[in-house]
Amino acid sequence: MTCALELKDLHKSFGKTEIIRGVNLAVQSGERIAIIGPNGAGKSTLFNLISGRFGPTSGDIVLNGQSIAHKKPYEINRMGLSRSFQITNIFPKLSVFENLRCAVLWSLGYKYTFLKFLSGLRDANDQAEKFLQMIKLDKKRDVVAMNLTYAEQRALEIGITIAGGSDVILLDEPTAGMSKSETSRFISLIKAVTEGKTLLTVEHDMGVVFGLADKIAVIVYGEVIAFDAPEAVRANPKVQEAYLGTSNADAPAGAH
Amino acid sequence: MEFFIISMLNGLSYGLLLFMLSSGLTLIFSMMGVLNFAHASFYMAGAYFGYTISKWVGFWPALFVAPVLVGACGAVFERMTLRKVHKFGHVPELLVTFGLSYIVLELVQLIWGRTAVEFPPPEVLRDSAFTLINHSVQGLSVVWGSAPADLCSNADASVRVVCSPFPATRGFMMLVALLMLMSLWLLLTRTRIGLVIQAALTHPEMAESLGHNVPRVFMLVFGAGTGLAGLAGVIGGSTFVTEPAMSATVGSVIFVVVVVGGMGSLSGAFLASILIGVIQTFAVAFDYSFITLCAQLGLSLSDAARENSFVKLTLSQVAPILPYLFLVLILIFRPKGLLGTREG
Amino acid sequence: MTYYKFKPYNVGRVVIWSLFAILLLVVPLVFTSQLSATMLAQMGIAIIACLSYNMLLGQGGMLSFGHAVYTGLGSYMAIHALNMVAAGNLHIPVSLVPLVGGLAGMGFAILLGYVTTRKSGTPFAMITMGIAELVFAMSLMFSEFFGGEAGVSGNRVAGDSFWGITYGPQIQIYYLISIYTFICVALMYAFTQTPLGRILNAVRDNPERVEFIGYNTQRVRYFSFIIAGFFAGIAGGLSALNFEIVTAEVVGAGRSGAYLLFTFLGGATFFFGPILGAILMVIAFVLLSEFTKAWLLYLGLLFLFMVMYAPGGFASLLMMNLRVAAFGKLRQIWVSYLGLIVTALVILMGAGAMIEMVYHLQLNDSLGDTLKFTGVTLDAKSIDSWVGSLLVMVTGLGLFEVMRRHYLHEWGEIQTGIENEIKRREAA
Repeated sequence: MTCALELKDLHKSFGKTEIIRGVNLAVQSGERIAIIGPNGAGKSTLFNLISGRFGPTSGDIVLNGQSIAHKKPYEINRMGLSRSFQITNIFPKLSVFENLRCAVLWSLGYKYTFLKFLSGLRDANDQAEKFLQMIKLDKKRDVVAMNLTYAEQRALEIGITIAGGSDVILLDEPTAGMSKSETSRFISLIKAVTEGKTLLTVEHDMGVVFGLADKIAVIVYGEVIAFDAPEAVRANPKVQEAYLGTSNADAPAGAH
Repeated sequence: MEFFIISMLNGLSYGLLLFMLSSGLTLIFSMMGVLNFAHASFYMAGAYFGYTISKWVGFWPALFVAPVLVGACGAVFERMTLRKVHKFGHVPELLVTFGLSYIVLELVQLIWGRTAVEFPPPEVLRDSAFTLINHSVQGLSVVWGSAPADLCSNADASVRVVCSPFPATRGFMMLVALLMLMSLWLLLTRTRIGLVIQAALTHPEMAESLGHNVPRVFMLVFGAGTGLAGLAGVIGGSTFVTEPAMSATVGSVIFVVVVVGGMGSLSGAFLASILIGVIQTFAVAFDYSFITLCAQLGLSLSDAARENSFVKLTLSQVAPILPYLFLVLILIFRPKGLLGTREG
Repeated sequence: MTYYKFKPYNVGRVVIWSLFAILLLVVPLVFTSQLSATMLAQMGIAIIACLSYNMLLGQGGMLSFGHAVYTGLGSYMAIHALNMVAAGNLHIPVSLVPLVGGLAGMGFAILLGYVTTRKSGTPFAMITMGIAELVFAMSLMFSEFFGGEAGVSGNRVAGDSFWGITYGPQIQIYYLISIYTFICVALMYAFTQTPLGRILNAVRDNPERVEFIGYNTQRVRYFSFIIAGFFAGIAGGLSALNFEIVTAEVVGAGRSGAYLLFTFLGGATFFFGPILGAILMVIAFVLLSEFTKAWLLYLGLLFLFMVMYAPGGFASLLMMNLRVAAFGKLRQIWVSYLGLIVTALVILMGAGAMIEMVYHLQLNDSLGDTLKFTGVTLDAKSIDSWVGSLLVMVTGLGLFEVMRRHYLHEWGEIQTGIENEIKRREAA
C-alpha cells in the first residue's frame, strides 16, 4: 500500500492566528478517511491547504510522492487530486451534462483547444454520460444546473469532483443540509462512485462517518488528536473529552 | 526655485482635488462593492449646479447648497435604481452607473448647452493668494496677494525679476480638500456612524448581521460620496472650466487613482492622488524630450532618429498618458495597488 | 429568477445558416437606396465587432470598457496595409486586407491581454478602461501611425482588380463585408461549441471551480481574449475599407461604450443577441441621431431600464416570449403588451415634447418660439405647452404603472402555468 497523501508538520497562520498547528497525517492509497472535529478546528482550512486554495505557512504536503505544498489548484488537480465544496460550487448556467463534460475535458487531454467540436469528442461525451448515470441525474441531463434541487446539486457537485478521474478525492461535508433519508442515499452513492479511490471526507454526521470510513482523524484546535479505526477513536478518552456534549457522539451500533 | 514651489503647490492642489473625488469613489466602492462609473458625472453636476445657484444667490451659498443637492440626487439614484440591481451582482451595478453617466451628460448638455459656461470664482478668490518674487539680486521673497507691477520688473537690464503668482482659487481648493479630509477622518473614527462605516468597509455582511440598517447606510454613503464629488465640482468648475467634457477629463484619472492606490484603501487613494497630481503637473511644465536627454548626456543622434516622433516626444506631450502608464505598471508589478488590502 | 435555456427546435443547423446566408445576399436588393447600402455595410461590420465583444462579456463574464482598442488598432493597421498595397509595397489582394486587421487585433491582444486578463470582474473592467485611455491618448502623440487630427486615409480601389471587382462601388464592398460577416459569425459560433468555448463559459459561471477541474483560469481568459481580439481586428479592417479613412475616434471611449451598450441591449446571454444589438447600433447612430438630438439620452434611459428589468437584453425578451408562445399562452398576454407599449408611447410623447422644447430654447432662439413635434405645434416659451407636456407625461406614467402591475400579474400566472405544464410532461 503506497502512501497517497501525506501531511508533514503542517502549519498555517492567518496573520497572527495559527489555525493549523502541526498536522501530521499519512493516508494510504485506497483508504477512506473521515476528518471530524468541532467547529473552527481547521478542517476546511486543511482541505483548502491540500487542494491548493492557499499555501501552508510551513510544512509539506506530499501527493503520491510529490510535494504539492505551494502549487496552484489546477496543478494539484492535474496531479490527481480533486475536491468538492461545502457550499455547492457548480456551474450554474450550464446544463448538468455540460457541467460534467467540463470536468472531464482536461483529464482527457483536450486542454485549451478551440479546433475540435465538443459534440465530436466521443470519449468526453461517453465519460460524462457514465458519470451522469453514476450520480443518478440522467433524467436531468439537460436541466440548467441552477434549477436543480439542493440534493441534486450536491450530487452534481460530487459528480464534477470525481468525473476527472482523480485518484485522491476530498469531499467537504458532502451531506451538509440534507435530510436523513437523502443522507443515507447519498452515502451509498459516495461509496459506489469512490470505489477504489483514496477518499478524505470532512463530516459532522457521525452516522455517515461510521458507515463510510476505514479510519477517522480527529482534529481539534488545528492538531490531530487521534487517527485510528472508528471504534478505537470512539473509545479514545481525548476524543470523548473534545466531544463532550455533542449529541451525535453515539453512532447507531449497526452502522458499520 | 520659485517655479518648483509654485508647481509643487499646483500639483498638490490638483492632487487634493483628485483625492476629493477618489475618496468618495473609494468609500462607495469599499462599502458597496459598486464602482460608481458616474462619479465624475456627479462632479460635473456639482459644477453646473454651483454655476446656476451662484448666479442666483452668489458663490458662497452655492458652495454649500450644490453639494447637498448633488448628494440628494445620488441618494435618490441609489434608492431607485442601484438598490434594484444589487441582487444581480457587481457587473450590473457597474452597468447601471455606466448608463447613468450617459444620462447625466446628456441632461447637462440639454439644460446648459454643449459649450463651456462661465463659472467665475468669487471676488475674494479672483486674485493671487501670494506671489513669489525671485529677484536675482535680492533673492526670493513672498508678497501676499498680487505683486504690483513695479516690483516685477526692474529698469536695470542686468537684474532679473520673476514674479510667480499662486492663484487663490488653488489655495482655496487645497483648504477645502484638507478640511474635507479632516472631517472625513473625524467622522470615520469618532462618530458611531463612522464606526459602522468602517466596519462595513471591510466586513459588510458582518455589519449587516449585527443589525445595522445597511441599506440605509448604503444610501447615506452613496449620497455622501456623490456629495463630495459635487463639492469638488463646485471648486473645480470655478477654478478650471465648467463644460460637458469635464467629466470625461477627470473621470478616467480618478479610476486610475483608485486602482493605483489600492481598491478600497482611502490612504492609498490619498497617496496616489497626490503622486499623480504632482507628477502630472510637473510633467506638463517640462519640455524635455529624449533628444534633450541625449544632448545632456553627450550622445549625438542621427538626423533620422531626431525626426522619429517617439524620440521627439517631450515630457509635456507625454503628460496626459502618465496616469495610465502608472496604471499598467502597477498592475504588472503590484496588482494590489500601493496600499491596497482588498483584491477588489 | 430562474435562468431559461431555450433550445431551439432542431430544424437543422443547415437551414438556419442557409437562411442567414440568403438574407445577407438578398437584403441589399430589397433595400436599394444609397443610405441602405452604407447602413447594411456598417451592420455587417458591427455584427462582427459586437459578437467579438460578447465573447468577452456574455461568454466569458469579462466586462471590457476598451474593446475599441482592438477594433481601432485593427483599422489602423489595415489602412496602412491598404496604402502599402496601393503603393505597390505589399502584394496582397484588397479583399485580404481585413485579415491584416485581424492579425493586428490579435497581436495587440496578445501583448495587452496578458496584463489585462490577470484580473477579473471590476479590476478587469478598470484595466481595460485604463488601457483604452492610454491608447487613445497615444493616438494624439504618434502622428506617423495615427495620422494626427486628420487621421489616415486610403483608397480601397488599389492593387489589381479581381474579376473586375475593384471595390469602388458600395455594393461591392457590401458583398465583401457580408462574406466576412458570414464566415466570422460561423467561426465565432463554432467557438462556442469547442472545449475552450465551453470552459470559458464555466469560467464565467464559477471561475474558482474551474481551477479545481484542472484549468488555469487566467489562461482560459487570455486565449479567449486573443481570439476575440482577432475578430475585433477583422471588424476594424473591414471598417477601414468601408470608410477609407481611420481617425482617432475608432479607439475612443465613445466607441468602446457603444459596443458595451448595444451588445448588452441586444442581449449578452444568447449568441444572436449581439447581432440584434449591432443592427440596433447602426440604426441608432445613423437614423435615430437624425431624428432627435436627445437620442443618447433616450438610449441611456433605455439601457438603464434594461439593466434593471431585462438584463438579458432584447434577445432574452424575445426568447422568453417565444417560450410562452410555444406553450400556447401568448394570446393571454398580448393585450398587456399592447397596453404597455401604448402607455410607454404616451410617456415618450410627453417627455419628448419637453426635451425638444428645451433643446429648441437652447439652440434655435433665432427660429422663433414655436416648433413642430409629431405634428403638434408647441410654443417653447408658453407655459401651456409645458404644462400640457408634463400632464401627458405624468398621465402616461400613471397609466404605465397600472399596466405594468397588470402585466406582471399575468406574466406570473403564465409562468406558473408553464412550470406546471413542464412538470406534467416530465411525470408523464
